[in-house]
Amino acid sequence: MNSRPPMWKCDKIIPSELDAGHASIEELMNALESAGWEGRDVFHIQMAIEEAVVNAIEHGNKRDASKQVHVVFVVDRDSAEMTVTDQGEGFDHQNVADPTEDDRLDQPRGRGVLLIRELMSDAQYNSKGNSVWMRKVRSKDEPEASF
Amino acid sequence: MATYRRINVIDNGGVHVVHFVDKKIVDSGTIEQLGDELTGLVLNEKKNMLLLNFDTVEFMSSAALNKLISLNKKVKDAAGQLKLCCLRPEIGEVFKITRLDRVFDIRKDEASGLSAFKL
Repeated sequence: MNSRPPMWKCDKIIPSELDAGHASIEELMNALESAGWEGRDVFHIQMAIEEAVVNAIEHGNKRDASKQVHVVFVVDRDSAEMTVTDQGEGFDHQNVADPTEDDRLDQPRGRGVLLIRELMSDAQYNSKGNSVWMRKVRSKDEPEASF
Repeated sequence: MATYRRINVIDNGGVHVVHFVDKKIVDSGTIEQLGDELTGLVLNEKKNMLLLNFDTVEFMSSAALNKLISLNKKVKDAAGQLKLCCLRPEIGEVFKITRLDRVFDIRKDEASGLSAFKL
């Protein structure tokens, strides 16, 4: 078992405001860069975390100022894990309509959940549907960290 | 003549080529403004032959995709044509995953985008 502490960890509560969400995403992106992540992997993580955080603020907490979002980011050389939890009612993540069906391609909903599942190595929602955990395993062809 | 903050528009022989000011189309205010400006091109300025050139765009969220879908409907309603070009591979991958590559006419570069218009 690997007991080494992660290279970077962020565990904090943010208000249900998009500016706060984007500030926390920026911290994550900076940590990934410092850990030597780049290219396609970074794009995938940014896409997935953007969807998760915006969903939590807008659809989960409905921008309710009395509700908060809990974000936990753990960055290492070979993997990155992100957990985003809101205080909303959750959603039935197992029965989200497929946004790639021909008659739903022009509908706005469901694309974020699809992107999270497709772009991350693993992604799981809790049973209530108000918390998503996702993990990205670094691609083999990405360069090693420089420190 | 309209003033734009999120886009630059060049008339190329009847096709209006749209370049994006922002490298990252992610902030909700930016996305709303971008959507308004693109919609204004079609509804207010009657420019409905549009080629969106993404050469400067490094990242865009699914909220931005929704604006493009909305624009596509408006262009079709106006009997116009909308095409996309110069997508980075990562953004092209997002269009493939979401199957929006079946909704939009995506071309490799601006020249092939321009030549695909039926004027």
